[in-house]
Amino acid sequence: MPWSKVTPETHEPDFLEREDPAARRITHAEAIRESFDQALGIDTAVYLMGQGVNDPGGMFGTCRGLLETHGKERVFDTPLAENGLMGIAVGSAIAGMRPIYLHNRPDFLLLALDQLANHAAKWSFMTAGAVKVPLVIWSCIGRGWGSAAQHSQALQGTFMHFPGLKLIMPSTGYDAKGLMLAAIKDKNPVLILEHRFNFKLIGPVPEKQYTIPIGKGVVRRSGKDLSIVTISQMVHEAYAAAACLAEEGIDAELVDLRSLRPLDEEIILESVARTGRLIVADHGWKTGGITAEISALVAEKGFASLRAPIERVTAPDMPTPAGYTLENAFYAGKEEIIEAARRLVRQGQAIEIPDLPTLEETVAP
Amino acid sequence: MTLSSARRIELFRRMLRLRNVELRIESLYHEDRMKTPVHLCIGQEAISVGVCAHLTNDDSVSSNHRSHGHYLAKGGGLNELIAELHCKESGCTKGRGGSMHLVDTAVGHMGSSSIVGGGVPIGTGMAMAYKMRGLARVSVVFFGDGAADEGVLYESVNFAMLKRLPVVYIYENNGYSVCTTTRERQAQELIFHQVLPNKMWTQTVDGNSLDAVNAAAATAIALARSGGGPSLIECKTYRVREHAGSGVDRTGKYRDPAEIERWETHDPVHGLRADLLARGLLDQKGLEAMEAAIEAEIDEAFRAAVKSPLPLDEDLTRYVYCED
Repeated sequence: MPWSKVTPETHEPDFLEREDPAARRITHAEAIRESFDQALGIDTAVYLMGQGVNDPGGMFGTCRGLLETHGKERVFDTPLAENGLMGIAVGSAIAGMRPIYLHNRPDFLLLALDQLANHAAKWSFMTAGAVKVPLVIWSCIGRGWGSAAQHSQALQGTFMHFPGLKLIMPSTGYDAKGLMLAAIKDKNPVLILEHRFNFKLIGPVPEKQYTIPIGKGVVRRSGKDLSIVTISQMVHEAYAAAACLAEEGIDAELVDLRSLRPLDEEIILESVARTGRLIVADHGWKTGGITAEISALVAEKGFASLRAPIERVTAPDMPTPAGYTLENAFYAGKEEIIEAARRLVRQGQAIEIPDLPTLEETVAP
Repeated sequence: MTLSSARRIELFRRMLRLRNVELRIESLYHEDRMKTPVHLCIGQEAISVGVCAHLTNDDSVSSNHRSHGHYLAKGGGLNELIAELHCKESGCTKGRGGSMHLVDTAVGHMGSSSIVGGGVPIGTGMAMAYKMRGLARVSVVFFGDGAADEGVLYESVNFAMLKRLPVVYIYENNGYSVCTTTRERQAQELIFHQVLPNKMWTQTVDGNSLDAVNAAAATAIALARSGGGPSLIECKTYRVREHAGSGVDRTGKYRDPAEIERWETHDPVHGLRADLLARGLLDQKGLEAMEAAIEAEIDEAFRAAVKSPLPLDEDLTRYVYCED
């Protein structure tokens, strides 16, 4: 089997100490591109389709050169028919292919929700495991430059709702590559939600083929005073917030969940058991979103560990505004996490928020 | 393509078997042992049988909520169908899918969707996989007039034409979506009859005539298998029974009883039986023997279903994800 050679990566590079200066460092987008390139090389059943995958920009650079290397039969553009094409991807998976279906924006995945939620996520169960749907759907959350209400939605709360669908949101290039290969190797439908702000970040990414286990989070920073549990781009906001909090003597632990379904309950509960305080942060909406689910989990299974009420940092329950001033007011991030941490640990004491480096560096423009 | 006498008799036997299975389900449904909604295909047997007669086990069908006929005609196991209706572990989906989600992968029946139109892109995708894998397989998509209301049909057929996929769309126009006629929902005949012939071959046939369905399906499936791209056959038929469950509503609440009677005189099974008898291809004795064998098989399927165990509660969450 072509996928037996792709094995899990057990060595988790230390992003904080950057202990290996010799490690190859590439952008998040290049890491994804490399995972596509390797998957297409490993298994002829893998193909990649989506609106714009053969555009000169190559979907933020993630598809650049793939058409030339792997040919138009396996890397191709599609009509703007999201539900139809989602069903076609499902059907091809049922009949022996391993499709990767790229969507520019999760907002448009709502057009494909019937095939995703009613079909892909249920086919294994409805056929009692007789038919498998090894399908990867990849989409990128937009933000900024007036993306507005229909090109910026962080819909992980919606997609986390469906049993049968796995849901991944990587924060680093290292994870983006390993989780993508794990998703393609997986025999279930897997949705990967990326974030536009992550794409130009640079970090260590091994050249070899490797997988990251789906459903396993990672502690990005150890701390004793409070836990920040988050995902995707918000990990970078939280990392910066933790650095600021350290300046004022608050020692925050940062948990990057990496997957939402399956959810790594253990890593959340263990962290809260150590710190007794919890901030759950997410770019999605508050009501019915992932912060609600994670808070409920801790209330159910980790209540005895809690020394303070749970704090949630989320987008307000409203559509995203277009204008940059309103947009700034709309998005929660580093500052809101810092404020939440202060409320939890030492109420009312104001200090300055220094501008510290993010978890991964940003490419020079 | 005309059928040989022997082939015609064999296909009649398959139609009769399908009819009698449905009649047996209908006659026992009130006992409430089959705790799943059934959508009987009585009156539409010529379509399933006439199309599937041209398929091998490597070819696939994509089916819908009215799926018993597609499943049995494709070769799906009768015992597993009847056990599934009884919600038993020995059912074709072990009591997980029920009547609307039949599957038998050994014969290329890869599942059924009860979201109207849901199986259309899936069958189209299976055709794409066959083409990408270089296999001379054909994917058949059964859909009804309800699915013809849905936008996903347009999306799928457009893609099949664009990529010249080996898919055959079988449009079973039975005149009704629950209680609403096709005429009340659709402004004109199916728009795909107007596509350029070199993009997709289409034909409208009498769906209650085995010979008509068989001839059109032979052309369409041969076309798909030889790289000629997609085709669509509209089979005009009639839903004699109700949308779901058993019986015929002759009260005139939503359709004229005279309409039902008119179609009953154009019954595909009765018509073909009369024809075979009239031509002397089948005699009364032969017919009785055929029917007795079918009834014995159905008896056994029901006996086995009633006897077999129910799924275990502790297995409730199995199959939500498949293990690697």
